[in-house]
Amino acid sequence: MQSKFPNRWLPLILLLPTIAVCAVFLYYPVAQSFEWSLYRAAFMGLKRIYVGFQNYVRLFTSSDYHKSLVVSLIFAAGVVVIGLSISLAIALLANRKIRGARIYRLLLIWPYALSPAVAGTIWLFLFNPTSGVLTYFTDRFFGFRLDWLTNANLALLGVIVAAVWKNLGYNIVFFLAGLQNVPGEILEAARIDGAGPWKCFWKVTFPLLSPTTFFLFIMNLIYAFFGAFGLIDVMTKGGPVNATNILIYNLYRDAFQHNKWGMASAQSVILFVLVVVLTLIQFRTTGRRVHYGA
Amino acid sequence: MAPKGRSVYWYRKRAAIVLTHAALIIAALLISSPVLFAIIKSTQTTAQVFSYPPKFVIGTAAPENYSIAWHNYNLGRLMLNTFIVAGAVMLGKTLLSLFAALALVYFDFRFKALIFVFILVTLMMPVPVRIVPLFDLMRKLHWGDTFWALTIPFLASATGTFLFRQHFMSFPTSLVDAARVDGVGPLRFLWQILIPMSMNTIGALAVIEFVYIWNQYLWPLIIISSNRSQMIQIGLKMLTGAGPQGMVNWGVAMAGTVITMLPPLIVFMLLQEQFMRGFALAEEK
Repeated sequence: MQSKFPNRWLPLILLLPTIAVCAVFLYYPVAQSFEWSLYRAAFMGLKRIYVGFQNYVRLFTSSDYHKSLVVSLIFAAGVVVIGLSISLAIALLANRKIRGARIYRLLLIWPYALSPAVAGTIWLFLFNPTSGVLTYFTDRFFGFRLDWLTNANLALLGVIVAAVWKNLGYNIVFFLAGLQNVPGEILEAARIDGAGPWKCFWKVTFPLLSPTTFFLFIMNLIYAFFGAFGLIDVMTKGGPVNATNILIYNLYRDAFQHNKWGMASAQSVILFVLVVVLTLIQFRTTGRRVHYGA
Repeated sequence: MAPKGRSVYWYRKRAAIVLTHAALIIAALLISSPVLFAIIKSTQTTAQVFSYPPKFVIGTAAPENYSIAWHNYNLGRLMLNTFIVAGAVMLGKTLLSLFAALALVYFDFRFKALIFVFILVTLMMPVPVRIVPLFDLMRKLHWGDTFWALTIPFLASATGTFLFRQHFMSFPTSLVDAARVDGVGPLRFLWQILIPMSMNTIGALAVIEFVYIWNQYLWPLIIISSNRSQMIQIGLKMLTGAGPQGMVNWGVAMAGTVITMLPPLIVFMLLQEQFMRGFALAEEK
């Protein structure tokens, strides 16, 4: 417990800017999202009509929103499963005690600093059917040329690949940090008991790594649902035929291309519920991690 | 040169080390390859870009491509804009969270815990969950298409307040006692004692905020309409929009991409130190 300065008003003055920004630009608009989700704009946005929960009913009965939900879930599952598997494998490699490990780590995680839009632009080029490098490689080694981003089935895979690549660095950093906390003695003991590398990993390393894996699971979900907007906008704009229209892209289109502010607000509320659930899960588990760690 | 005493075990271990190196080099190359391709293609003419099979060597159009990206697409201006906005947010956020943490740790007042929770809860309010009302609020304040809209709403930082609060609480109590005995007021205490003692935390937070604002996309896309005040990420989007012949000039687009990625990458190299220290990654002997 720190000793205190006696002043009564100064702390409130110091906190005022933060509280004001939070209240005006965070709490107030979120509350309005809730309110506006119960209205429908009419006469080109000049008038609002109260419609109760009709916006939610329309969302949950709309086949477009269903599709967007499914696309989001596939996208998120791809980003999480593929992204975490690859980055864990790389982190295990980079965690070996060899010369130059620091340099390797730097070379492996640097794309972390790239923005989703930069990643999207690069992959848009790589997937380009006439000049794209990827098309050439698939042609050369597998004998087929695909127009990735205009094919409704491949486009989602394409944006998953780009999104996974962009987030590899972030995941590797945290997996490496997690691996540092796996005690060497336990691994040594397992090895002496005759456990091979495969068994060592699944029986010792992986269970001990689970707090990190879970943290990254949540962070990657948040990234897939919110952070990947720029990537989608640059690469596919939600197309072709809504094949990559994740929830946040659908929200953006409803709000700023179709001016359906009520419907968009309802989608904001749905996303808010998602964030709250994810954050609470994360809070609870980080708390538990501290408890077990002590 | 195989001295005796080198067992099968020694050779096995040696082979494992070589294999690890090989695997790491391949992984690093694969991860870097998209950016390497982008850099190579940013130097090629359109004909070189579209040649089949593709050419993987430095082309002849580097000066033209970079100059077109910089001048015709106004990337210099957009970059300056982004620097101003990212710098302002970085500075404002750091200052405001330092003030908030100072109040929360070194003063007693009513509803302290409540106010802290009030600030923390904003972690759950990313832009998408308030985007329509926030957009409308900007319009009512006549902040549409201005830097006010890109800076003021982002000045509060739950993360910063939390980090600085944790950091301040780890300092010894004698610090504030000594300050009070010497008649040092709270603001001078912050400026002359707390800030110098928090440079690492301040640096880490500032760098993270800078990269975050630099890479921001959705909010500037909707709130900034004029090219003059646009942010760099949105400018990048214009480069891949179809040109007059309905075709993207990929050499120029890749040059623009390289320009756009450079500042956060440079900052990331600085952050690297923080990462290595912070995550205890540098255990390697």
